[in-house]
Amino acid sequence: MTDTQWPVWEVFVQANPGIPHKHVGNVHAADAEMAIQNARDVYTRRSEGISIWVVPANAISASSPEDQGSFFEPSNDKPYRHPTFYKIPEGVKYL
Amino acid sequence: MEDEKKIAAFEAKIAAGNKIEPKDWMPEAYRKQLIRMMSQHAHSEIVGMLPEGNWITRAPNLRRKAILLAKVQDEAGHGLYLYSATETLGIDRTELLEQLHTGKAKYSSIFNYPTLTWADIGAIGWLVDGAAIMNQTALARGSYGPYSRAMVRICKEESFHNRQGYEIMMHLAQGTPEQKAMAQDALNRWWWPSIMMLGPSDDQSPNSEQLMRWKVKMESNDAIRQRFIDRTVPQADFIGLSIPDKDLKFNEATGHYEHGPINWEEFFEVIKGNGPCNAKRLKARTDADKKGRWVRDAAVAYAEKKKLKAA
Repeated sequence: MTDTQWPVWEVFVQANPGIPHKHVGNVHAADAEMAIQNARDVYTRRSEGISIWVVPANAISASSPEDQGSFFEPSNDKPYRHPTFYKIPEGVKYL
Repeated sequence: MEDEKKIAAFEAKIAAGNKIEPKDWMPEAYRKQLIRMMSQHAHSEIVGMLPEGNWITRAPNLRRKAILLAKVQDEAGHGLYLYSATETLGIDRTELLEQLHTGKAKYSSIFNYPTLTWADIGAIGWLVDGAAIMNQTALARGSYGPYSRAMVRICKEESFHNRQGYEIMMHLAQGTPEQKAMAQDALNRWWWPSIMMLGPSDDQSPNSEQLMRWKVKMESNDAIRQRFIDRTVPQADFIGLSIPDKDLKFNEATGHYEHGPINWEEFFEVIKGNGPCNAKRLKARTDADKKGRWVRDAAVAYAEKKKLKAA
């Protein structure tokens, strides 16, 4: 058996109720249970969280930085999706 | 030509104050230098647990013991953040640890000095962590996203380390004459290694220009050292301890302290492996690695077994 230092798990921590889990880093662990315990010890030693998610690092797919321009292009030419696109006469309220 | 274009885009991004992220294109020299610096930093955190761990069982009271345990646990955490961040550059932890164990990778020179008395724990928190904070606050502004974010986190935690160390020194300095002498002795032994650990002076530290432009290094070693000295000398004065440098004087015109000559020969000897504790530190690390092997293997075997049962 090779010494793997265990697989990598990406760690997401929710700091307070009602807000999203946020990526904070990763840990090495043999399984999910150990990953959660390690994540607690590494990333929440000072009450930084109330909930932890761990995900095997190799299960994450990501968009590619080289394609950033063309990939997100479709939203750039649609300014009419933003409320500021529309001119509303002064005096009109609650709009 | 393609590379020149890529380098120009990479440099423009950095000049604009943007961070480089793991999947972004980066020059090989940037990647290599970061792996070297970040892993050296990670190794320093882990090896740095040894001189302090030496005093956990002998802390003078329960309060000090709990604090020291928490501090050493923080150092382990810092090592882990930094190994994680280094792994984003495409090298794995097994390889990084192997580089440490075979002596291919370095760690901070400071951890090759022994902790002879309890006051040394005060001196380490106050001076060594103090110097490290100076360096790390600068690095937090660096261009590589994962390293910079790890630095922000580490700096927050280090300020407790720094303060608890100063508090230990303050209590000893206000104690019996023997306790005060113990604090002074620790300051005498740790002062010079602490200002050396910020690295060789600028005229001996080559190729910094590119590293500065790439925001791998943010400030020169001498600039960081000067700031550390300027801030630390008044702290020593305040608790009635004296800095062991007979040439140290305040220059009214520049607003800075001027220090005596640094014994760089000693620094380079320690870096080469000839410091008082180099062999001991490395042995402690390799022993821990060997003795922990069966635990790592067993955990993997157990995880496999659970997976099979679930299937």
